[in-house]
Amino acid sequence: MSKEEYRIVKGQVMVPYELALGRTWSTFYDCLKEEKIMGKKCGKCSRVLVPPRSFCPRCFEDMDEWVEVSQEGIIETWVYVNMPFFAQELKIPFISAQIRLDGSDTGFTHQIAGIDLSDFDKLREIVKLGGRVKAVWSKEKKGNILDIAYFEPVK
Amino acid sequence: MAKEYRTIRNDVALPYQWALGKTWVGFFDGLKEEKIRGTKCAGCGKVYVPARSFCPECYTDMTEWVDVKPEGKIISWTLVKAKYYGQVRTPPYVIALIKLDGADCGFIHFVDGFDVSDVRQLKRKLKTGTKVKAVWRSEKKSDIHDISHFALIG
Amino acid sequence: MGKAIAIIGTGQTRHGRRSDVCYPDLVREAVTAALEDAGITLKDVDGVVLGTMPSMMEGVSSTHFYFAEAMGSIGKPVMKVETCGSTGQSIAHCGFYWVASGMADIVLVVGSEKMSEGDGQATMTTVFDPFFQRTFAAGAPGVFTMQSMEWMYRFKIPEEKGRDAAALISVSNHDNAMDNPYAHIRTRVTMDDVKNARVITYPVRLLDVCPASDGACAVIFATREKAKKICKKPAWIKGLGFRGEEFFYGESDKSIWMSATEAAKEAYRHAGIRNPLKELDVAEVYNPFTYQEMIFYECFGFCPRGEAPDYVLKGTFMKDGKLPCCPSGGTLCTNPIGATGLVRLAEAALQVTGKAGERQVEGARLALSHAMGGVDQFNAVTIVGSKL
Repeated sequence: MSKEEYRIVKGQVMVPYELALGRTWSTFYDCLKEEKIMGKKCGKCSRVLVPPRSFCPRCFEDMDEWVEVSQEGIIETWVYVNMPFFAQELKIPFISAQIRLDGSDTGFTHQIAGIDLSDFDKLREIVKLGGRVKAVWSKEKKGNILDIAYFEPVK
Repeated sequence: MAKEYRTIRNDVALPYQWALGKTWVGFFDGLKEEKIRGTKCAGCGKVYVPARSFCPECYTDMTEWVDVKPEGKIISWTLVKAKYYGQVRTPPYVIALIKLDGADCGFIHFVDGFDVSDVRQLKRKLKTGTKVKAVWRSEKKSDIHDISHFALIG
Repeated sequence: MGKAIAIIGTGQTRHGRRSDVCYPDLVREAVTAALEDAGITLKDVDGVVLGTMPSMMEGVSSTHFYFAEAMGSIGKPVMKVETCGSTGQSIAHCGFYWVASGMADIVLVVGSEKMSEGDGQATMTTVFDPFFQRTFAAGAPGVFTMQSMEWMYRFKIPEEKGRDAAALISVSNHDNAMDNPYAHIRTRVTMDDVKNARVITYPVRLLDVCPASDGACAVIFATREKAKKICKKPAWIKGLGFRGEEFFYGESDKSIWMSATEAAKEAYRHAGIRNPLKELDVAEVYNPFTYQEMIFYECFGFCPRGEAPDYVLKGTFMKDGKLPCCPSGGTLCTNPIGATGLVRLAEAALQVTGKAGERQVEGARLALSHAMGGVDQFNAVTIVGSKL
């Protein structure tokens, strides 16, 4: 088969979305503006979930009780991301992590920063599973998850 | 209550690299030469345009190329007035399903070459059976727009 | 288990970078091969199940429409199932249930993907919710690495031991793929190659992860009556299991992984398996990442929790070991996402019917296949055997 038969056509599909947040998530972001991290507690299983949910995924019941959780917590796991891919929001390198905030019962997805991210071996001395981190707020609040700028390792 | 209806904008842009395969490369190269090429099934004898690699009915490979006439008859048409994201042409414009002479299936393309914004005029000029012929774009890129549109004959 | 249902034919494409064909033709390649293997024609097919990644992957919305001709479904009922990585198993289960319902005698199941045509990681990023988690996503590598790190930390697995075990898994799978003419990556690697390869998301390196492949797979399910009539060597479905977890990553414990554990348990229950390490002859485990593969071994009861690295280093799961895992080279060497879970089943079926050619495990009679979907969210298991 000739090389011509391997012809590739390039294209791009742009799809715009406008997504509804709903009451619970709108409130969560409003509270981030005030530098508060809010979760919701399930009346049945008593778990506190952050981000808050409108219903408990396990009990399938409405969650109505708001609870403010700590801005500090433990690193449950983390990953150093140094690979590019299309339309990535954060600049590499960055650390994506699951953080269990004090007072909550889930891992909360965010990033660990505030340290030198360029030397992986050095930062491994600082960022460890089980280590403590605390939220650092963005000065300008835009109503999205990066109103918390990042979580910084606590000395 | 207004607060609960908050929305956020999120646009997703994704790049693609589609492989054409031998048969479609053959079809698009035909357009470069101002030829509209189909393939004919050895089993049922049907000619499909654009060319296909296999017959949808018989499920067998189709290897016989046939040049169909770059003209035919309108099967049906519509005037597009609505706007949507990523539209190739700005409304109003007409799209039609066309039976090219020699083909056994419909072929979609634009119908143009006159003022298409007047629906009354359109309804007079465009009917099932109206004859049309391909008008070629001068710059050929081996894509479906190498045919610029179909114009009315007569 | 309900009715006895068999696989009477399988077909696969040459997986890899298939820029020589357009996507529909790739699908047809697998379907044609399966029909030939089963010795039937499209006329005999009562229904078709298709599975692929969501539309964004190849930029053509609704592949069930796109492939109508290519999968021979014109004039037939069609079902479409999408569960990301576990799609291949989901469609198999769908095909099984369809035949078991008594509403069809023969069902064609097709899974496909053409990853070279889109941006895989960007597409997979849209699996995350756009409000909370997507910002921090680093595709599949990000999630699977976090999960693996959490598992090693929890069970106090020393980094070096984990690294060695993962490297051996890579070496073993790459070796196995050399005997598989359909596999995408067919190059041998050494432990050193793996341990020194380019870092993707530490500690995961290039040779610890699967390729992005183009490929399709088709499997044909039939009733017991049809199978006995037209198939010399049917592969009988002995058990299946499927479980899903919560959407938000961070809610459940991925080092214990309820969905993988329970899906396997359910399949074992149907199949009457009490000691999988002993009773299974082959395990085609979904293994796009070497580290994560070890978590599956533990969830499936092949070894105690936290001890997979030890069992791996002993050679338990190599081709000549106690329970050969992925003699096909696995997902690690071939990963067209929509097809992958079905390829695991097809390979398991080939093993128990003695049709696996160079990669045949001697005397294989009972095999497990599996796939995982989403952000560690779904797990599906299908067990096949040579005996009814």
